[in-house]
Amino acid sequence: MWATIVKIFTPDNIKFMLQGVKISLLVAVLCTIFGTLLGIMIASCKISRSKFLNVIGNIYVELIRGTPMLLQLTFFYLGIPMIYQMITGKYMSVSAIMMGIIAISINSGAYSCELIRGAINSIDRGQWEAGKAIGLNHTQIMRKIILPQSFKRIIPSLANEFITLIKDSSLVSTIGVVDLMKTSTILGAKYYNYFFPMIGAAVIYLILTLITSQFTTRIERKLAESD
Amino acid sequence: MIKVENLYKNFGKVQALDGVSLSINAGEVVCLIGPSGSGKSTLLRSINGLEIPDAGEIYVDDLKIDPNNEEMMCKVRSGMGFVFQHFNLFPHLTVLDNITLSPIMVQGVDKATAEKEAMELLKMVGLEEKANEFPNKLSGGQKQRVAIARALALKPEYMLFDEPTSALDPEMVKEVLNVIKSLADKGMTMAIVTHEMGFAKNVADRIVFFEEGKIVEEASPKDFFENPKSDRAKDFLSKVMY
Repeated sequence: MWATIVKIFTPDNIKFMLQGVKISLLVAVLCTIFGTLLGIMIASCKISRSKFLNVIGNIYVELIRGTPMLLQLTFFYLGIPMIYQMITGKYMSVSAIMMGIIAISINSGAYSCELIRGAINSIDRGQWEAGKAIGLNHTQIMRKIILPQSFKRIIPSLANEFITLIKDSSLVSTIGVVDLMKTSTILGAKYYNYFFPMIGAAVIYLILTLITSQFTTRIERKLAESD
Repeated sequence: MIKVENLYKNFGKVQALDGVSLSINAGEVVCLIGPSGSGKSTLLRSINGLEIPDAGEIYVDDLKIDPNNEEMMCKVRSGMGFVFQHFNLFPHLTVLDNITLSPIMVQGVDKATAEKEAMELLKMVGLEEKANEFPNKLSGGQKQRVAIARALALKPEYMLFDEPTSALDPEMVKEVLNVIKSLADKGMTMAIVTHEMGFAKNVADRIVFFEEGKIVEEASPKDFFENPKSDRAKDFLSKVMY
């Protein structure tokens, strides 16, 4: 058994897996950022006074949360270029990692939206009233008073979302992106041994998520101090 | 001048305002007193557009206000300072930033000027050394004085106070009342909802007594406290004055 492990985890192969880690983290980081930005936009729609924007926000959230992420991902990678070709007659070449990031960000946005909306709603009504009383309009109150305070409250939840995305980023392996997950199946195929590469990948995922959650706990404690 | 005509507002079963009419003239200090839940705060909040009345009209400087018109309300509110019972300072901003936020955002004052003026206001309320503190480092009385400075930052023509000392520790009440008194002495037009009878007697030009959403009695402080006309006011005073 030891011989097999040594044979699989050569320096070159470990380097290969670490390349995968880079891709996984890149996807997770970008999706957290874009997902949060989307989440803020959708949350603004959902709490807006415009009925039209409310409906848009609700459709978005229900559509994304009600369908599988894997389907969304595949749809973006295979479905979108096909529609493009049907409409314009031209071939569209898409980058798998780009489509992966877009699809997962859109998915994450629906979940972040609910976190952000909860945090915004948790801000005391007096803060809105104080903002109004000094002559600020809705947008200014949101930007200068409500969002900065909500942001502090959602940092822990966003860190959890990041942990989820580290794991969910593995779905991009299904559309051919060589992330950590994909490196393990490639090595598995190469050595006719899936067990050890997968254990290796699992250990790396675990290390990443444990470090992040340690970090989160520390931030949470810091934030609690300043309250 | 602020003019309120036939204002009605109900919250579910409670008739908070039941046909209230009232004028507040320039330079006048009007104290609104009465039992809790009698509609004083609702009236004040309606004037500032924080409550939307069911019926009736409010005129500020002859402009009929429409609480659903945001642009108009922003304008009306920037000429009208409002002080809350629970201060409602912005906890994520320093004392100075709390005060400069609206001059910078609403009136487009440059930062340096806004800060200079904010420091003058802080000096007036006796808190210049707290400029860079966050609100959670202040006592209740200090918070309320900062809130008053914040409300004054837009150089309003009117100041509305909604029970400014009700949430304070007893020893903090006077420092806040002193600030309000100094504004009255400068001729600021003010409407003050308060349970501080001694203060109302001292500072008001006119007392308006509320009961169950209606104005029961309007009189000068001297007449009201020494010789109340309505039975309800007599009863109220006999219970609150010691």
